Amino acid sequence: MTSAGLYGAYGGRYVPETLVPALDELDSGWRAARADASFQAELDELGRTFAGRPTPLTRAERYASDKRLYLKREDLLHTGAHKLNNALGQAVLARRLSKRRIVAETGAGQHGVATATVCARFGLECVVYMGEEDMRRQRPNVERMNLLGAEVRPVEFGKRTLKEATSEAIRDWITNVETTHYLIGSCVGPSPYPEIVRELQAVIGRESRAQFLQAEGRLPEVVVACVGGGSNAIGIFAGFIDDAGVRLLGVEAADAASLGSGNAAVLHGARSSVLSDADGQITDAHSISAGLDYPGVGPEHAWLRDSGRADYVGATDAEALAAFRDLTRLEGIIPALEPAHALARVRELDEELVLVCLSGRGDKDLAEVLAQ
Amino acid sequence: MKTLIVYLMSGSETPELAAAAVEGGADLVELGFPFSDPLADGPVIRRAAERALGEGMRTVACLECLARTHELVPNVPLVPMTYSALLEAYGWERFATDAHDAGASSMILADLPAGERPELKRIQLVAPTSTDERLRIAAEQTDGWLYLVTVTGTTGTRTGLSPALAGLVTRARAITDAPLYAGFGISTPDDARAAAGLADGIVVGSRAVEVAEGGPDALREYVCTLREAVDSVVTN
Repeated sequence: MTSAGLYGAYGGRYVPETLVPALDELDSGWRAARADASFQAELDELGRTFAGRPTPLTRAERYASDKRLYLKREDLLHTGAHKLNNALGQAVLARRLSKRRIVAETGAGQHGVATATVCARFGLECVVYMGEEDMRRQRPNVERMNLLGAEVRPVEFGKRTLKEATSEAIRDWITNVETTHYLIGSCVGPSPYPEIVRELQAVIGRESRAQFLQAEGRLPEVVVACVGGGSNAIGIFAGFIDDAGVRLLGVEAADAASLGSGNAAVLHGARSSVLSDADGQITDAHSISAGLDYPGVGPEHAWLRDSGRADYVGATDAEALAAFRDLTRLEGIIPALEPAHALARVRELDEELVLVCLSGRGDKDLAEVLAQ
Repeated sequence: MKTLIVYLMSGSETPELAAAAVEGGADLVELGFPFSDPLADGPVIRRAAERALGEGMRTVACLECLARTHELVPNVPLVPMTYSALLEAYGWERFATDAHDAGASSMILADLPAGERPELKRIQLVAPTSTDERLRIAAEQTDGWLYLVTVTGTTGTRTGLSPALAGLVTRARAITDAPLYAGFGISTPDDARAAAGLADGIVVGSRAVEVAEGGPDALREYVCTLREAVDSVVTN
């Protein structure tokens, strides 16, 4: 493709013409913001005084007693997950672009809650698309979004999960592009979204690298994160990508393994590794974790996989549930089901010094877990 | 004479439906090759795509549908309209070659904007949001005519003709002599007449797909009403 925003052969802009001028505008607005020290200063201030940054690094001694395991506590961020990092940054960006209406998609509801939160904070109109199935299994987050003043629009076709919600959010954006910013929740979508989300989540990697060095006097041997669209993973990986000695390990839901069993395909505006058939039709993902239940993944992850810089493995629903229960009982931390997938692979690692991104807290998953 | 274009989703009955549309007065037929996640489409075409995929209308079957349609209406230009994902899987050049061999006169890719893959000859779309610079690129790269998206939005029926079309026609006309055919949101004879009064032709999609569910006779009759509406516009 001629556009920037390529990660090897992945990424690009596969969108209807209607969106191209908006993506150009977003791209130049983003570059201007990045070059403006006041933008970063505003984000830092919001992070410190509103979101609760820096989040701590917690040693988890009992979960994996033969390792030196540390958890980056994004579950302690305001709204309960790393999603707020991106939502805050994009809301500030939307204000700079004079967009007063925000649309977003959500799977687990964490991105929807983060978006509804920043819209309340900045007085922006907020519409969140969510699959009916996800609304059922993540009910508390639907209620939170409603309380925060967002309109949650159910998506009632297809598998009624994140893929369809994303398609509907993009269709809304196509229809209302002149007034609306699409606040995408992961490092997916057309250029420049994967880069914007990565850079806004990179704070996880910056902080945890410094914190790990302080705690251990050296870098971790391996950094582990769950991967759905891949935003918490790309954020923590960003801090270590130049440290060649640090292995980067992404953990996908076994039946939503876009990287483990996908093909190069085009979904939601970008070419990436996607669960798809020989005709390029997108196939269904399945996961107990709504946040990982997505057939695509950010294009940078596909590139990191191909280049060998990062490894990607899977964890089953049962393995994630076991890790969820173990972390709760052994460390007094109830993780979200998404990072429970990352935790599920920790004990078997060869490495001793391990950093895991605990991307969110598990309150939203209690009903689902207790029903198992 | 203004040009009348009818869009139909590929399926087992599509060749006969296309022939009926041509009898009713269609000058060109677009054939949708269904994709599971059609971002540019509203509910009618999205649902038609889901049904077509459910009936096994994958790329090879769609190319066969195209070839059979070409046999029935050999003198009518046929244009597959689809999404990049299908070509990514099938092979971009291979798709262009095989579609041409099956009787396609060009193609439309709803999610591959002008400027991307310029070597792939296709009909380019422009929208009310397109800048003049993007109109220029699209006009330079387009294959024969320019597809004017009348609305900022997805395909599907709307009430009345989009007020954005007039301005888009004026801007496009200042840049290119290529025929300008307007589509998205045109469903009634009144819409057709109003759009044909501004552009060189019109495309009817979602409503045609709905009417086609009633069979070839219903479609022929509907297309006749569009033809009359389009022909009632005085051309200079």
